[in-house]
Amino acid sequence: MWRNELSTLFRRRRTQAILLTLMLVPIAITLVVRFAGGPEGGDGPSFLSQVTNNGVFAVLAGLTVTLPFFLPMAVAVVAGDTISGEAGLGTLRYLLTRPAGRGRLLASKGATVVVFCLAATAAVAGLVAGVILFPVGRITTLSGDSLPLVSGMLRISLAAFLIGVSLLGLAAIGVFISTITDVPVGAMAGTLAVFILIGVLDALPQTAAIHPWLLTNHWLSYSDLLRTHIQWGGVVRNIGLQGVYVLVFGAAAWARFTSKDILA
Amino acid sequence: MTTLLTRPSESPTATGADQAIETSGLTKFFGKQKVVDELALSVPTGSVFGFLGPNGSGKTTTIRMLLGLLTPDAGDVRLLGQPIPAASDEALPLIGALIDGPACYPWLSGRQNLWRFDASGPDSQRSTRKARIEEALGRVGLTAAGDKRFKAYSLGMRQRLGLANALLRPRQLLILDEPTNGMDPQGTREIRHLIRELAADGTTVFLSSHLLAEIEQVCTHLAVMSAGRLVAQGSLNELQAATSPVLRVDTDDVQAAEAILFASGLKTTTEASQITAVIGDVRPEDVCRRLVEGGVGVRRFVVERPSLEDTFVALTGEGFDVAQ
Repeated sequence: MWRNELSTLFRRRRTQAILLTLMLVPIAITLVVRFAGGPEGGDGPSFLSQVTNNGVFAVLAGLTVTLPFFLPMAVAVVAGDTISGEAGLGTLRYLLTRPAGRGRLLASKGATVVVFCLAATAAVAGLVAGVILFPVGRITTLSGDSLPLVSGMLRISLAAFLIGVSLLGLAAIGVFISTITDVPVGAMAGTLAVFILIGVLDALPQTAAIHPWLLTNHWLSYSDLLRTHIQWGGVVRNIGLQGVYVLVFGAAAWARFTSKDILA
Repeated sequence: MTTLLTRPSESPTATGADQAIETSGLTKFFGKQKVVDELALSVPTGSVFGFLGPNGSGKTTTIRMLLGLLTPDAGDVRLLGQPIPAASDEALPLIGALIDGPACYPWLSGRQNLWRFDASGPDSQRSTRKARIEEALGRVGLTAAGDKRFKAYSLGMRQRLGLANALLRPRQLLILDEPTNGMDPQGTREIRHLIRELAADGTTVFLSSHLLAEIEQVCTHLAVMSAGRLVAQGSLNELQAATSPVLRVDTDDVQAAEAILFASGLKTTTEASQITAVIGDVRPEDVCRRLVEGGVGVRRFVVERPSLEDTFVALTGEGFDVAQ
């Protein structure tokens, strides 16, 4: 059932378009930096200037550029569509009378969204473009030292994976909102609105008391992996916080969906 | 013709309940409005059961409660002898349904849609899936169009794909809501044929429709809903016997004919050249002889059971306005 859920999601043009766009971002960055020259003075994002030194950084540059908005939007679209999309098409009634089972359906939808979050951040094309266009060699850490290529690559892959994990809290909110409406666009917009609200709260100094609990609070912790001596504190706190969001909103989605009257 | 479909007796979980569908005190409110009011449906196993009612009388709400999509505010549902929703996992795989029109993924082909629905249940039966899909597509005449995307399907083709989904497994019960909606006359005939064939194999068919002629042709039993309540339920014969037969006379000589019928003790209504009267205790033979002796040119003289439409209107009232 889960495999079928995945293939239904990834056969959809919309999903393919989102992933393709995400893949184009690192390629575009790489091309721009390669042919138009990189920011020498270093006022751009910190990873951008490193692309010219080392192609594998194209992956991180791409993720850093897409993390503030494009990745959350992609997650809002896919997570917001999970249940409300089936309701909007009317296919929900046929899945449930099959019977897919409400708990089982929600679980396989959730698992599919997790796969999507990780797939979105995988952005393999960035790596490919980076490797082709720039010299590949030892990787310079943020601390200024250099690492051998293989261990540096491992760290960058782990950073990409952590960015995928960072999206899970928002994905859980999206799935929950998706269970309370039959209009997929409403669920997507609602999820995005919550994300924007979190951004606003994060920017206000007056709300400093709740900042540690906002799901975006530790989003930049992945950069700690690129220091010579990895600092795990932020990374662990980020994973823990995402876990809390997944548990709370996952439970809310379950409570809502298993008792809901299906009128669509 | 069939090997994989509709062999209920071979099914391992055959229950042998004598009522395929049984509800008691089934009630549903939407807000303060009672949409379904203490419904006691009883659908005998093996019957072709017509479920009638004007728009807004609560038919689709009832069907959604039967299948566990809506939670009743009161009352119980048993399908194939098993309580719903408690035993949904056991009962629903034996039931094919078309609810409130077909619904599929527009970006998938007909075949991929059927694959998706079949794969989404707890009992996957993967090894036979491809053959079952082909057989179901064949039964509804979609074999050639199976690889087209669903969004390119016409209304009738969508309806056929919805039916194919209901026929994907051996079923003991089919719940079909308006199965011929949007179909061409050939399609309608084929569906009627298909329903008869399934019924002959022992599948119970629960059919909701507004097409009374359609119901009259295939159904053995009938229930009529009006404003959330069941106003009649029983075999077709029982229900039609409850209304008295009528005499219809076609003639050019309307006035003379009316006078003779009146003199025979009949109360007539006339529409153009056709006179209709409830025949009651009067012998039609006598009426016919008097008309001929009175020199009235009779073109058609017939005593018949009222049509299902007459019965339906008698049970649910004349009004055109939606009741709720």
